[in-house]
Amino acid sequence: MAVTPGKPASSGASRSPILGAVMFAPSVLFIVLLIGVPFCLAVLYAFSDARIGSSGLHFVGLENFRSILQSPSFRKALRNSIVFTLCAQAIVIVCSNVLSIALEKPFRGRGLVRFLILLPWVAPVSLGTIGWKWILDSIYSVITWVLVAFHFVKPYSAPMWLGEPHLAMASVILVHCWRLIPFSTVIMLAGRSAISKEIPEAAAIDGAGFWRTTFQINLPMMAPILSVAVLFGIIFTFTDMTVVYILTAGGPFDSTQTLPSLAFATGIAGSDLAAGAAISLFLVPVLVLVAYLMLRVAHRAEVV
Amino acid sequence: MSGPGGARKAAGKLLHVSVLVFFTGALAFPFFWMLIAAFKQNIDLYTVENNPFKFNLPPTLDHVQFLFTQTRFVRWLGNTALVGAIVVAITLAVAVPAAYSLARLTGRWGERLGIAIFLTYLIPPTLLFIPLSRVVALLGLQDSIFSVVLVYPSMTIPFSIWLLMGFFKSIPKELEDAAMVDGLTRFGAFLKMVVPISVSGILTVVIFSFTLVTQEFVYALTFISPEANQMVGVGVPIFLVRGDVYYWGSLMAACLIASLPIGFVYNLFLDRFIAGFTVGSVK
Repeated sequence: MAVTPGKPASSGASRSPILGAVMFAPSVLFIVLLIGVPFCLAVLYAFSDARIGSSGLHFVGLENFRSILQSPSFRKALRNSIVFTLCAQAIVIVCSNVLSIALEKPFRGRGLVRFLILLPWVAPVSLGTIGWKWILDSIYSVITWVLVAFHFVKPYSAPMWLGEPHLAMASVILVHCWRLIPFSTVIMLAGRSAISKEIPEAAAIDGAGFWRTTFQINLPMMAPILSVAVLFGIIFTFTDMTVVYILTAGGPFDSTQTLPSLAFATGIAGSDLAAGAAISLFLVPVLVLVAYLMLRVAHRAEVV
Repeated sequence: MSGPGGARKAAGKLLHVSVLVFFTGALAFPFFWMLIAAFKQNIDLYTVENNPFKFNLPPTLDHVQFLFTQTRFVRWLGNTALVGAIVVAITLAVAVPAAYSLARLTGRWGERLGIAIFLTYLIPPTLLFIPLSRVVALLGLQDSIFSVVLVYPSMTIPFSIWLLMGFFKSIPKELEDAAMVDGLTRFGAFLKMVVPISVSGILTVVIFSFTLVTQEFVYALTFISPEANQMVGVGVPIFLVRGDVYYWGSLMAACLIASLPIGFVYNLFLDRFIAGFTVGSVK
């Protein structure tokens, strides 16, 4: 590059660099004090014996990580976090793709349909999840009632949606999908409306069928937007604590515990700040990977 | 030819409609179910044999009345609105100037700083809530709504800067240059020329920040314990449950009342948020 960084040729900010810095400084201050410093504290705590109620801090080296890695709850939480994220993403991609195709062409009542479809994403997640808790209730579940009405299950021996490990895991995944499908759908809709209509049409004239157009033309063209949707989806599922906390609180027997919910149970509810901080640090590798991939997508999009 | 072609078209249309009906039904169902439960009498609600899809007894307003008179729901709505208003004000005060200065800082550094700011938006509360709980306690803000007033801007500012930056970049520089020739300072030109024509971008940030305040759960749960100081997103799921007793009717009414307006407003601005989320991968 010919232009030296920091000395752009003739831009507004370079004519008043002090003003630019003054206008930018408060945001940097906020980000450093409320994101940078807490992150460093989290690392610090993870190597210490910090507890709620005691102000002293002693370094214990890798002790926290050693005891965490040995605990069965942590291994379950790590596995669940990965399983929930992968399953939810797989389902979300398929469903939101189908749904975005269906929503693409205008039809009567599209505005209302869009509002209804988007509700799970735009409504506060804790409140939507409470709605699911009622739907999946152990006694009054509407799903159970329908199954009983069609004689799929016997009354009084109905499945406990949130009380049996595998069903509880499936329920958590279901609620994550329910919440993310709308988000992913609108991102894909934005992608669809932006890609060229001429290339698929030309391909159709040249005799490419539906599947060929979909897999060899539309999907590759959608790749960047698809990756954005997936990357956000991964972050929203992997780092989420709200759905699990409200739906099952990690139970039964830690079967739905995830890294964030275990960090909360250990660090806040259990007062062991050090162990909680160490657990939440296991989110970092995934965040770094997602950030890296996001940068690549953005970079490639700008080159094209 | 027209026979099979017509049949195929009809089948395609049927598929289209059934996909829409299925997804709309599945995604909106919990809200429909809240609506039903909110107006059902308890005996109707808690009789397993009753068909849950219809009102076996006349609808009632008891749950809504209970919610507004016997619980702190209104207080929680007030807390949320207050926190939302303050957070929006802080976000605007910090993000608008920052975004402008980034938008005009051209060259590689402006771009890099912009992307770095965007990436901080990806840092989740579940990574920082443990150290922040101690920071909040040290500052004496524990159990006060000002704990979240302090922390929420760290979530709203990065994405707001990102959104506004794109917005300011689309405003031609000549506009400010002309204003400065007319005797305004650069900051004056920013305040009097750029801000007024950016109202819709600023409004987007207002809505984004406010809805984020209503949707956040982890920080509010961690920092605030007294019932009276809760935000609505924590108060309803945690404090409307007394012991093991769930007041399902009131609970569902609360969810619906708090969700619908937020959902409606967010929906209006959705396309702009999405444009921000897609990081330039949609042109």
